[in-house]
Amino acid sequence: MRENRKSFFGRTILNTCLCLAFFLIVEYMIGAKILNRYYTNILNLVLIYVIAAVSLNLTCGYLGQLPLGHAGFMSIGAYTAAIITTRFSIPDLGPISGEAVLFLLATIAGGILAMVAGIVIGLPALRLKGDYLAIITLAFGEIIRVLVQNIKITGGAMGMGGIGRYTGFGWGFFWTIMVVAFTFLLVNSRHGRAIKSVREDEIAAESVGINLTYYKIVAFAGAAFFAGVSGSLFAHHICYLEPGNFGYNMSIEMLVMVVLGGLGSISGSIISATVLTIVPEVLQTFASWKMIIYSLLLVVVMIFKPSGLMGDYELSAARLVRKVFRKKEETPKLPENYTEGEETDE
Amino acid sequence: MNLINHLINGIHVGSIYALVALGYNMVYGIVKLINFAHGDIIMAGAYVAFFALDAGMPTVVAVAASVAFCVVLGVIIEKVAYRPLRKSAKISLLITAIGISLLLENAAQKMFSATPRLFPKIIEGGFYIGERHISMTTVVTIIVSAVLMAGLTLFVKTTNAGKAMRAVSEDTEAAQLMGINVDKTISMTFAIGSGLAAIAAVLYCCSYPQVYPTMGALFGIKAFVAAVLGGIGSIPGAVVGGLMIGIAEALTKGYLSSMWADAIVFSFLIITLLLRPAGILGKKVVEKV
Repeated sequence: MRENRKSFFGRTILNTCLCLAFFLIVEYMIGAKILNRYYTNILNLVLIYVIAAVSLNLTCGYLGQLPLGHAGFMSIGAYTAAIITTRFSIPDLGPISGEAVLFLLATIAGGILAMVAGIVIGLPALRLKGDYLAIITLAFGEIIRVLVQNIKITGGAMGMGGIGRYTGFGWGFFWTIMVVAFTFLLVNSRHGRAIKSVREDEIAAESVGINLTYYKIVAFAGAAFFAGVSGSLFAHHICYLEPGNFGYNMSIEMLVMVVLGGLGSISGSIISATVLTIVPEVLQTFASWKMIIYSLLLVVVMIFKPSGLMGDYELSAARLVRKVFRKKEETPKLPENYTEGEETDE
Repeated sequence: MNLINHLINGIHVGSIYALVALGYNMVYGIVKLINFAHGDIIMAGAYVAFFALDAGMPTVVAVAASVAFCVVLGVIIEKVAYRPLRKSAKISLLITAIGISLLLENAAQKMFSATPRLFPKIIEGGFYIGERHISMTTVVTIIVSAVLMAGLTLFVKTTNAGKAMRAVSEDTEAAQLMGINVDKTISMTFAIGSGLAAIAAVLYCCSYPQVYPTMGALFGIKAFVAAVLGGIGSIPGAVVGGLMIGIAEALTKGYLSSMWADAIVFSFLIITLLLRPAGILGKKVVEKV
């Protein structure tokens, strides 16, 4: 156990250093104009989609349910945050910019409202079996779209403009770290194993005393929160919201990212969200064939590798380091169920 | 006065929903899959009928062509995409179904562009009962749907093939042990469902004469809502659900606003699933381990 904790500590330091290094390098490149505005825009979009895809992976990959309303949660987060930042302002507090505080609070509010919606829709839906969940979340997404189109505060079908352009690399990166850390820590905890057991076999999980509804709601609410966050970042990235932004196609795009990257692989979701955002931006000819290729990919991947390209494999910096500086006293790898037993004993 | 008009409208649309819901119902009953591509088969059927009519073929031939095309399409989809996954996790099957649905939509968009085409009028005229005008389209739609539904009920209840379908949907393995060809039965189910979808497509185009690549998406989902509302796996359930959704939609459009119709339909779904997850006429199935 002590060894374990030590390696956890080392891993955390290593990953923190890598993230910091990446952040500083990109910040420097933006500052030095090596990355021009066009590239920075794409970078922001990549981060927004990464947040959405990783959070969807929580329900889709780890919980094994198929929600089709992810764009609905994004839209709640987007509109909530945009309404807050356009109506209120916070004065600067010394070195802390009021705008940044407002944007942070608005994003959190957007996430929380999306989470509440997730719980409200999840409570009835999650008592049901998988396919009903798919259809009920799809219905929910449509209801949100109709609501947004018909109420005044969101600008109705006209859309909502005048949103400040607050989303920068810093914010995108901060929230990406948050969602990755949250998902990683959750799925590797006791609760995470409970969530995964729901995916493997609901009846077996229930019979060993796992509260199905509770864990489904936990995963669902967590995913909805970060979907709301990514919606808020999206709103303050494009500065103009219209109901059509968050349609069924958006939910499907997220799904393609998760499925392609690997159901149950955070690094897979990050890679595929990055690739699938950059490729259509750079190759315009690809963009017009995008949806056809996406749909073919979905079918082909499902038929030949149902768990997605990376399955549940994770890239790990720590493992790479260990491989490079192979230690002599490398402990033999314990079978997974052994460690599980050990931790539940505590 | 107005109310009765809205009700007639509702029954008219509802019987189309019911036809489509039957397709969902049969497929769900037998392979336990929401066939997301079903709505897009409607779209394909509408395009085939449109091009056939456009080429000057008589109505009957156009409808037959559309039915034939959809039957083949449905069977191919089942063979290519769903059959290899029959034994794998449900989520993979659902994702595949979504993929197929997207593929059909976007392929149609590439081939025929997103511009709606005007479907020619194939049913003309109407008559008056007292003061009230009733169009021929309404009458034909209701009669055709009623006949098809009665025929389907008879088919499933009395013929050997129908019996095989019921057996497979009850317990696939036991049916196989009894010597039923499961693959063939499933293909047949897809064929019947898709054929009904083609007829529903033509009827739908008679009242909403526009053909475009995404016409089936929302329509299909609403028909699925009808199937859930009535009770998945039950033929009379699909009819009841279809009519209820049709009438609810017509009344919302009549008294509230057409903007809210979709939201109302979907709230129906959520309320049904909360109060009676098996649907109005469905029976609760206990899962055995």
